[in-house]
Amino acid sequence: MSILIEHISKTFGQFQALSPLSLDIQEGEMIGLLGPSGSGKTTLLRIIAGLEGADTGRIQFGDRDVTNLHVRDRRVGFVFQNYALFRHMTVADNVAFGLDVLPRKERPSPSEIKKRVMHLLDMVQLAHLANRFPSQLSGGQKQRIALARALATQPEVLLLDEPFGALDAKVRKELRRWLRGLHEELGFTSVFVTHDQEEALELSDRVVVMSNGYIEQVDKPGDLYASPNSRFVFDFLGNANVFEGKADQGKWLNQQASLQLPKGIEQQDGQLYVRSHEFFVSDAPTEQANLPLKVVAINPIGAEVRLELSPIGWQSKDIWEIDLPHKAFDQHGYEKGQTVFVTPKAGYFFADDLAQPTPLHW
Amino acid sequence: MSSKKQASSQLRVGDNPLVKWLLVGLTLFLTAILLVVPLIAIFQQAFVEGAAHYFNSLLEADTLHAIGLTLLVAALTVPVNLVFGVMLAWSVTRFEFPGRKLLMTLMDIPFAVSPVVAGLLYLLLYGNNGWIGAWLYEQDIQLMFAWPGIVMVTVFVTCPFVARELIPLMQQQGREDEEAAVILGASGWQLFRRVTLPNIKWALIYGVILTNARAVGEFGAVSVVSGNIRGETNTLPLHVQLQYEDYQAAAAFASASLLAFIALLTLLFKAFIEWRQERQEATL
Repeated sequence: MSILIEHISKTFGQFQALSPLSLDIQEGEMIGLLGPSGSGKTTLLRIIAGLEGADTGRIQFGDRDVTNLHVRDRRVGFVFQNYALFRHMTVADNVAFGLDVLPRKERPSPSEIKKRVMHLLDMVQLAHLANRFPSQLSGGQKQRIALARALATQPEVLLLDEPFGALDAKVRKELRRWLRGLHEELGFTSVFVTHDQEEALELSDRVVVMSNGYIEQVDKPGDLYASPNSRFVFDFLGNANVFEGKADQGKWLNQQASLQLPKGIEQQDGQLYVRSHEFFVSDAPTEQANLPLKVVAINPIGAEVRLELSPIGWQSKDIWEIDLPHKAFDQHGYEKGQTVFVTPKAGYFFADDLAQPTPLHW
Repeated sequence: MSSKKQASSQLRVGDNPLVKWLLVGLTLFLTAILLVVPLIAIFQQAFVEGAAHYFNSLLEADTLHAIGLTLLVAALTVPVNLVFGVMLAWSVTRFEFPGRKLLMTLMDIPFAVSPVVAGLLYLLLYGNNGWIGAWLYEQDIQLMFAWPGIVMVTVFVTCPFVARELIPLMQQQGREDEEAAVILGASGWQLFRRVTLPNIKWALIYGVILTNARAVGEFGAVSVVSGNIRGETNTLPLHVQLQYEDYQAAAAFASASLLAFIALLTLLFKAFIEWRQERQEATL
């Protein structure tokens, strides 16, 4: 079922949790609401579910206006961050709850309910745990039971609040793939909240980046990564180093550091955002760039080695991070305390008076 | 050097054996003379004139009436405060409203105020010359110096127990379970019966036990509003005092032993509940 969100806003006391925002979600789509805490993503999810009322605006499921419909009658599936399994009920009773509380006329027979519960438990591959209590399950198992419970009433909209937040990295990855598979198989429309950019990019058809109650950008993961449209999105998607430059005679200057402007770029002051893998590292300045940095830490992370660098003779708000393939790192053998020079290969330039970036290549 | 290291690894800070045994010994001694000896004394005194006299004094008409009245008061007070306590706890943990903090402070008034003062306040309001009592008197309704008054002050004195047990638990459990139930389509009653009530069950029973214990044993507030009419408005604690003042020491202690017995039963039940709860938490 498609979801239409129009001019939804919400305040808690003095705090503007959501500024009027609109979003159009297609039937069968999987949408990730991505943002830091306090960005309004959970509030938006709860408003879609009907757990909070919006101050303004309206929400439509398909062509049904649900703005003033009670949670109970919206018939959405909702998975809570801490699962909210009923601790005094067995796994099977938890999953059956949504069917058990149906009005008598709509309620399936007890044997039918039992059959549906077993089917759902099979689907989440936990049929052998039917008679356990939630306290006897691991985090990943609880998560899957919560999902089975939410799907029992066959909702057309599934909402998930930080679904993998409390799980360790390996289980998280497994469950992510599994949820993606389930989504494709059953075809429900899902909206999930996360603060983990990797999760949002991997799982979503489209990612909604939020900050301070606003939607910053809505895009497919690939497009979002290729063309972030604001400083916030760039910062939040991470791994970007920022060079604050004053334009002067075809160069950006920052105290003793300098960087050549690429051809065809107007001379403007601003910030240059360069992702951590878009660098070339050398022992001496190059024609294009003179950016001296000191190696403060070396961290091998998976397929790459991350160098943490602090500027020498120029200013940067944050420590710079540069990722090198192991091969390149081994050939050179950098050490802590050493001075290196970096040269960007590509980046994005935000002129001081513009919110939109210009992509750059050297 | 190595022996010193070993010694320090065995003893934690504050584990001086002298201090430890001095404190434990003193505590045991005080517990014995303050709690255990008086309790034994009650039963000893009750039986001082023999078992036959003990049971005879319990079967005396006034004593039987006092027992009956006490049970009636408890039987009326407990359900009232059970419902009120759940309502109160639900309101302050599930809703935000102006005056919520104030309400949580106000509910402790019965704990903070001396029960005698509570009794006097009720007398002032509902006595025949009181603000409400005068009007009630015209309608021929008498609350004070009759059993309804005793129930009213007992309800007042015991009203925080259930809510006090429930509030911390309900705060800690949060409202997610209830939200989950509503999203799954549960009606208000289904939500309460199938999700909220099982979650608070043990705390609720615990609160009821405490309410009951206090309702049975309350003296101060009840003595103000009861009027001490033998065989009519005497509860068991009041009856104990009357018998004692009448120099019927053995009979007084016999009645007191009943109260002590109820108290012991309550403690036993309370220990059982706590044990159940701990076992449940251990499996969580």
